[in-house]
Amino acid sequence: MTTFNQTHNPSRPLAQAQQWLRAVSDKLTARNLASTARQLLLPAIGILLFLGFWHLAAPQVETSLGAFPGPAQVLEQSGQLWQEHSDQRDRAAKFVTMQEQRNERILAENPEAEVKIRDYPGAPTFLDQIVTSLGTVLAGFMLATVIAVPLGIIIGLNRHFSAAVNPLIQIFKPVSPLAWLPLVTMVVSATYVSDDPMFEKSFLTSMITVTLCSLWPTLINTSVGVAAVNPDLLNVSKVLQLSFWTHVRKVVLPSSIPMIFTGLRVSLGIAWMVLIAAEMLAQSPGLGKFVWDEFQNGSSQSLSRIMVAVLAIGFIGFLLDRIMLLVQKKVAWNE
Amino acid sequence: MSKPHLELTNVQMAFDTPTGPFIALENVDLKIRKGEFVSLIGHSGCGKSTVLNIVAGLLQATRGGCVLDGHEVNTPGPERAVVFQNHSLMPWLTVYENVELAVQQVFRKSMSKAERRDWILHNLNLVNMGHALDKRPGEISGGMAQRVGIARALAMKPSVLLMDEPFGALDALTRAHLQDSLMEIQQDLNSTVIMITHDVDEAVLLSDRIVMMTNGPAATVGEELHIKLPRPRNRVALADHPEYVHYRQAVLSFLYEKQSFPAKQTPPRTEPGADSATEEADGDAGTFTVHAAPSGRTALAQPAEENA
Ligand SMILES: Nc1ncnc2c1ncn2[C@@H]1O[C@H](COP(=O)(O)OP(=O)(O)O)[C@@H](O)[C@H]1O
Ligand SMILES: [Mg+2]
Repeated sequence: MTTFNQTHNPSRPLAQAQQWLRAVSDKLTARNLASTARQLLLPAIGILLFLGFWHLAAPQVETSLGAFPGPAQVLEQSGQLWQEHSDQRDRAAKFVTMQEQRNERILAENPEAEVKIRDYPGAPTFLDQIVTSLGTVLAGFMLATVIAVPLGIIIGLNRHFSAAVNPLIQIFKPVSPLAWLPLVTMVVSATYVSDDPMFEKSFLTSMITVTLCSLWPTLINTSVGVAAVNPDLLNVSKVLQLSFWTHVRKVVLPSSIPMIFTGLRVSLGIAWMVLIAAEMLAQSPGLGKFVWDEFQNGSSQSLSRIMVAVLAIGFIGFLLDRIMLLVQKKVAWNE
Repeated sequence: MSKPHLELTNVQMAFDTPTGPFIALENVDLKIRKGEFVSLIGHSGCGKSTVLNIVAGLLQATRGGCVLDGHEVNTPGPERAVVFQNHSLMPWLTVYENVELAVQQVFRKSMSKAERRDWILHNLNLVNMGHALDKRPGEISGGMAQRVGIARALAMKPSVLLMDEPFGALDALTRAHLQDSLMEIQQDLNSTVIMITHDVDEAVLLSDRIVMMTNGPAATVGEELHIKLPRPRNRVALADHPEYVHYRQAVLSFLYEKQSFPAKQTPPRTEPGADSATEEADGDAGTFTVHAAPSGRTALAQPAEENA
């Protein structure tokens, strides 16, 4: 980039205009264009190439439910799913208005009468399932965080404790959600008995499975981050005779925040992947169940609808990661 | 002689290593008066940091011990503030907050909030860092960060100020400027200082006494040199002062004639500290920083880093 080489001379406006023009054209240099291209153009090209390949390859793949859906069918089905959702919202609204009108009539005849409004009994739509899945994943991830961060701090601070639990972590870390699920289901059924349950059992099962699978990266990263605090800073803390809590709050935590967040992002990604599998397997409400139902349904549109779900899952996973990145930028001092 | 302020008696330090105990220090004896400025000098790896860490309470001597004002030193504490070689500021705290952390901790009970604030600002102004209160350590130069480290240590009102190569990582100009500031501050506060240095001129210019250590293993105090130059000292005026030249000569002779190149006597070692951060000033190659003439009176000029 050239710098403004201003010769302050008001009697030469032409020269100044020239300089201004040069500055503008500098902004449009090849390097600037190239970086804009890298930011926008290349990803766009990548996506277009993928869509083209998909469009061409999909009809070649014959399944028992017809050819594999191409981008056009998938787009059509996503519109369809949205339509079904809004139709159902309309019906639900009508259902409620009807009840309200009926209740008014009843009350007009007999002011003492007890009236109530029932919820619309329709099946959850695609969007409802997304909301359910998001709620479950966030609950499971929160629980994992609340367990993993404090535990990771203790492990990182105490070498003996670390040596004691390390083998356990190494063994449980690679366990697949599919293995946990039956155990969690049985335990939840046996222990969570209540007449007026606050949570659905299926919600608890999915959530706990998510927690069990996603807490490891945060746990490991937190403990590594805590153990890796600069020894000079630890010495400062000793010289200042900071209390345990002040030491943790003022030295250990801020120092390991970047590592903790790296772990949290990996954990959230795993949580989202595990949740879909758990919902499919456990038949608990959510995107996984949507995919499973469509698979069982086996209509000519099922594959397109599953493909919509696949893309939605990917997109939501991407968004979740982006949100974590934003939170990290807010919290971490080194960003 | 009156009772010493700080006394190291018959200190031995043995480190456990995979190949058996390594005796770093043996029979180290040192008595320091109140208000005295003592420099520790010796070849790299001889055990200077180990001595300092024992006084700081960060290491426990395996024999003998350290007594400060009649109390044995066992644990670290703010009355023995340490200035580390690489400033050791919390990178997530601002300049002000770094000093605040120390002041909060030491004067929580004895000072009001307003008094603490004044005291923090006072110390930062003392080292000319009042202009960068809200900067993070990553946003200021190494010299500035080292000033803040000194301000943090001074703000604890320590009875002994311990400095481990405080200026080792700085360029010559900045170093000279900080040396002058330190001399002034030390004279005003009459603080007791133990400073490790690789710089012969720095040692002679700043110290009341230079303690020269023999090469390790089993290093001990080799010679002591009392520097009886009048204060305040001016580096330019001292440049060809015969006594100054004589003191420098004495230190150099100890290092290069009596305790010459240590590499042949000690096996190669892995340096635990950050000593190697300064190739220029590091004794690994047997080179000590010896200026042909003391650098110019840079205190008059603003060091370059301040204008950045
Ligand atoms: N924690 C430790 N474990 C083993 N050896 C150590 C340890 N700390 C220092 N040493 C050894 O003790 C000697 C003195 O080290 P140090 O005090 O850092 O030297 P200096 O500060 O004079 O360069 C060196 O040989 C070093 O390798
Ligand atoms: Mg050292």
